Amino acid sequence: MRALMEREGPASTRRAHREEMVAAHGHRGSRTMGATRRERRVEPRIAASAPALTPARAPRDARDEARLLILDPARGHADGGAAHALARWLRRGDLLVVNDAATLPASLPGRIGDAAVEIRLAEPPRAGRALAVLFGEGDWRTPTEHRPPPPPMGPGAVVRGEGLQAEIEHVSTLSPRLVTLRFRGADGAPLDDDALLAAIYAAGRPIQYAHLEDDLALWSVQTLYAGPPWAVELPSAGRPLSWRAIAGLRRAGVRLATVTHAAGLSATGDPAIDSALPLPERYRIGAATVAAIARTRAEGGRVIAVGTTVVRALEDACEWNGALTAGEGVAHLVIGPAHRLRIVDGLLTGMHAPGESHFRLLEAFAPRAALLAAHAHAARAGYLAHELGDLALIAPEVLADP
Amino acid sequence: MNLTDRVALVTGASRGLGRALAEQLAEAGAKLVLVARDVAPLDDFVASLGGRAIAVAADLGDKEAIHPLVARAEHVGPVEILVNNASALGALPMPALLDTDCEDLERVLAVNLVGPFRLTKAVAGAMAVRGRGLVLNISSDAAVEPYAGWGSYAVSKAALDHLTRIWASELGEAGLRFLAVDPGEMDTRMHADAIPDADRAALADPRDVARAIVAMMRDEAGAPNGARLVAPRWQEVAA
Repeated sequence: MRALMEREGPASTRRAHREEMVAAHGHRGSRTMGATRRERRVEPRIAASAPALTPARAPRDARDEARLLILDPARGHADGGAAHALARWLRRGDLLVVNDAATLPASLPGRIGDAAVEIRLAEPPRAGRALAVLFGEGDWRTPTEHRPPPPPMGPGAVVRGEGLQAEIEHVSTLSPRLVTLRFRGADGAPLDDDALLAAIYAAGRPIQYAHLEDDLALWSVQTLYAGPPWAVELPSAGRPLSWRAIAGLRRAGVRLATVTHAAGLSATGDPAIDSALPLPERYRIGAATVAAIARTRAEGGRVIAVGTTVVRALEDACEWNGALTAGEGVAHLVIGPAHRLRIVDGLLTGMHAPGESHFRLLEAFAPRAALLAAHAHAARAGYLAHELGDLALIAPEVLADP
Repeated sequence: MNLTDRVALVTGASRGLGRALAEQLAEAGAKLVLVARDVAPLDDFVASLGGRAIAVAADLGDKEAIHPLVARAEHVGPVEILVNNASALGALPMPALLDTDCEDLERVLAVNLVGPFRLTKAVAGAMAVRGRGLVLNISSDAAVEPYAGWGSYAVSKAALDHLTRIWASELGEAGLRFLAVDPGEMDTRMHADAIPDADRAALADPRDVARAIVAMMRDEAGAPNGARLVAPRWQEVAA
């Protein structure tokens, strides 16, 4: 707890630290790969051989009809039926940890001078400030990589939005489009946290991407258990968890716990920013969750993260602190094949393709060959990708021996 | 239930029973999210509570108002108490069913039934995963007595009572409590709108009713989950 809190530090130190980390991640990312979560910029070597997954283009009528692909690292993969029957793949004593962040309408329209711009928040605002990515005119229907940049601007420039304005307080060295904004009311008066949230909800829309058919409603980007408004994009692996699914888990003796993690942007179309994703993201882990994880491990159950954000929060907390403790932190850890998992045993996640940064995270859970085989099967069998798509459960001992 | 520092979301909080409940909950140490279509009457009260209360302007008949409202509430803290108190009488003077416009019935159901359903749906999932929460639906004796002229309002409250029972049957095992509360006849503007010539001396003070309801909230073992309680007599009904 103390280590986590100290890393947060006073506001000024925190901002400086975050900026350093953004820059550092940029370098690290550019050395490894430049993939994004939903707009899959596939590595050329793989693109020739990997079959493509079809994106889900609209919300399903029944969220829990999402399909489930089961992957046991030691035993291979199998079709797992619908997400509402998730319980049949888990056992008494397992613990599912979900990200309970509600999704903000984090796309805000604005103008710089006469030019239309779009602000996409990269994190939830805190004390009137937030990291954000600026786009030129257009909307989600244009793929991000084809969006024009905003007009040139530096610190002190003001983006005028609906019911609020945002002064550019700092421009990242990573990209001139990655900025720290300081928000005020439309009249320039300071806004407290609640007034800023109200203004964001009045003016904003959910962030979405060009693979979708239509505008997303705010109702469509919330999980069933959404709580604090921290996520700028839907923590999507939890979306198919209906009460039917959760009640089934409870009946089967599978417990639930929460973390709150500020799920960030999937893609920006700016290669320098995309190579640095995921950016540092804030999280909060409660004492009840720490206790539930300890109990699960002591009793031989499996800790299953629902979504990569939960993996990142739990593993980051442990990485910095040596052991999992309750508190708030900022996740800097980027998980790949070399990461040794300390807390999480398994993962319920969306369908990710080779070349995505998320696929590299999956390699911490299963050998690359097993993941590639499962991915090829998913593509052939018509599993759907992206935030409204199907799910994969990757966990040890989830399939019986053949 | 100890109410200290619990976040309570109260709809229809600008006057009448809602305002009285807000005052009683504040006195009990709860943090408040107070919802009304017009929050101007709440300004002084919210300011007097420092950072322990916010006022949110919202029309609960509007589906799109729900998540913005819940997000602001959850920013205050995890919502553990929801009081669905806001309600609409419909057309005034209250018409017989044959004189009730279809749209008027729809509007009353939207505010009194669908609104509480949506708001509960938006907070109860998080409550269920956390394993605790209390939802009070403010009802009326019109839910059980067929008063002529009260058609729209009465059927909305009868349905709300039954919604309370179904929520309880589905989420009780997850640690959530749902109660429907008939506050009895109170000296409020809504009562005056409905029955302009009522004898005010015979009506209860909403502050007394609010005290009884807050006592009911504290008494976790007091009433079966999903029960319909009459506020002035809740202890005997619960027993």
